[in-house]
Amino acid sequence: MKAQHEQRRKERLDRGIKVRSDGIYALMSWRELCYLVLPRLVLIVGILMLPLLMPTMYWQRVISIVCIYALLTLSFDFLAHFVGLVSLGGAFFIGTGGYLAAILNQSLGLPPLLSIPLATVIGAIICTLFLLPCLPLRGVYFAIVTLMYPLLLMRVIEALNILGGTDGIVGIGSFANRWVEQYFIIIMVLLFLFGVRRLVNQDLGLVFRAVKDNDQAVRASGMSITYYKTIAVFIASAMGCLGGAYLVHIYMWAGLSTFALDFSILPIAATVIGGAGTLVGPVLGAFILVPISELLRAFGTLRIVFYALILLAFIVFRSEGIMVYSQRKYHQFEKWVRV
Amino acid sequence: MNAPPLLQVNQVTKAFGGIFALNDVSFDLHEGEILGIIGPNGSGKTTLVNCITGFIDLTAGEVLFRGRVISGKPAHKIADMGVTRTFQIMRPYFSLPAYKNLVIPLFAPRAKRTGGWRGGGKLGDRNTVSIDILEELGFERESFVPYKMASNLPTGYLKRLELARCLALNPEIIICDEVFSGLSMSEIASMVPLMERLQMEGITLIMIEHRLRELFRVANRIMVLNFGEKLMEGTAEEVMADEKVKEAYFGSEEVEEVMEHA
Repeated sequence: MKAQHEQRRKERLDRGIKVRSDGIYALMSWRELCYLVLPRLVLIVGILMLPLLMPTMYWQRVISIVCIYALLTLSFDFLAHFVGLVSLGGAFFIGTGGYLAAILNQSLGLPPLLSIPLATVIGAIICTLFLLPCLPLRGVYFAIVTLMYPLLLMRVIEALNILGGTDGIVGIGSFANRWVEQYFIIIMVLLFLFGVRRLVNQDLGLVFRAVKDNDQAVRASGMSITYYKTIAVFIASAMGCLGGAYLVHIYMWAGLSTFALDFSILPIAATVIGGAGTLVGPVLGAFILVPISELLRAFGTLRIVFYALILLAFIVFRSEGIMVYSQRKYHQFEKWVRV
Repeated sequence: MNAPPLLQVNQVTKAFGGIFALNDVSFDLHEGEILGIIGPNGSGKTTLVNCITGFIDLTAGEVLFRGRVISGKPAHKIADMGVTRTFQIMRPYFSLPAYKNLVIPLFAPRAKRTGGWRGGGKLGDRNTVSIDILEELGFERESFVPYKMASNLPTGYLKRLELARCLALNPEIIICDEVFSGLSMSEIASMVPLMERLQMEGITLIMIEHRLRELFRVANRIMVLNFGEKLMEGTAEEVMADEKVKEAYFGSEEVEEVMEHA
């Protein structure tokens, strides 16, 4: 006779505070206020504190790179999970923004705090124009085209020996001091993070999500899908170009490596780790993955092996992503009950 | 009726490769009427809707709305002019609550232009307006139905949501592609007065249906399609009496049954 297994299941109960509508909460106590505000505050203060906590110049530089990846990841998550365009365009955006900032700084002599915003806007316009032909299409084409452009531009620069050729553009102006350098990008990441989060819940953001959900119904509502995709791609590529323009100014050099495919691939990994579609999660993912890859430098050539193993472990054991997991833990009571 | 027709479909032909899904179909639609389109499966009814609303291109022929050619224009331009449609296979935004589904058409240029304060704009909040529209279509305001995810709604509500999406645009024409199919008898019974009310509000309707009894109750005129060709056009009685229709569509035994019910 078989012993009968005790069967249990997890019961989940919402911890939530009383919510009146999308954005209005009925707060009854300080505890509820803390419950709502604390996670956001921890994130903001935590990121703002990072440069102060870093022991060496090297790690402070890592923070800047992390922030660039965070912007790219945000742009990937926004396009993939709120507009339905899978973008591998990180390298394209970084390269375009980077070279533009370099040109603006070198030939017009603009200081970084002017050339970066200009390169962001002009770069985003250029990227959007380049990507415009494939926007009416659905499916994998957008991913292919965004992956193709950086390879193409890299070869064009190499073959025609323009924009410094393989040497790149050197001697680009840097920031006044390292605090400006650090806090500029950190504040940008926070601004874009909360900005995009707000945007996707606005009416315009709902249209983006509708395009992802069902583009035919959007057409039947008298709205051009291409137009809204164009706006979304502009916003996403602006984030990428900002990162690129900043990168060029901290390295004081714009070269072919700004078109490196790392910029396209790492954001996807960070999104998987952080939790797709949460916007905050992917940013956290970037804040975890990039430092890990730096820490693993001690292993020399084996670095990529360990890196891949860590990624694999995340995908197998926590495929939902850190953010989705911790949001659930935070918002719900869980207990085992006997069935 | 001497007024020019609201919608003119002139010799529309659509070929998919060598197969003619529509062959030389013409009809006029006058303001304020309900035109029913019936036909056996595969007779080209949905293709006709797709052709009129610009979701697919015509092979030949033209469609005129208020005397202006609309065939060849992109689908969103045609919807923007007020020729809207529902989908036979419902296409809600599954990841959004029902009332947020309507925020999207309310955000469309046509709704902003024609809706006045109901169009959202600065004065009206689109969430409120969308719940107003949903209430007209039978989503009880006080219940939680309008706030449910579209993925959790039953077919009856999804069909109404399709209609609501058209209504949010202040349409001139709504082309209903089988809004009664898949519904229970009681759900259909509650939809029929809705269609009549839309007509009273001055909206012109084209209804594609397999539910003949309900269609014959609301429709002013019926057009019959078979194998992509127009068989005939006339009142419900004329259509029922026609020998060609009997043979092509009902099959000779079934027609008695339908007649008994009607």
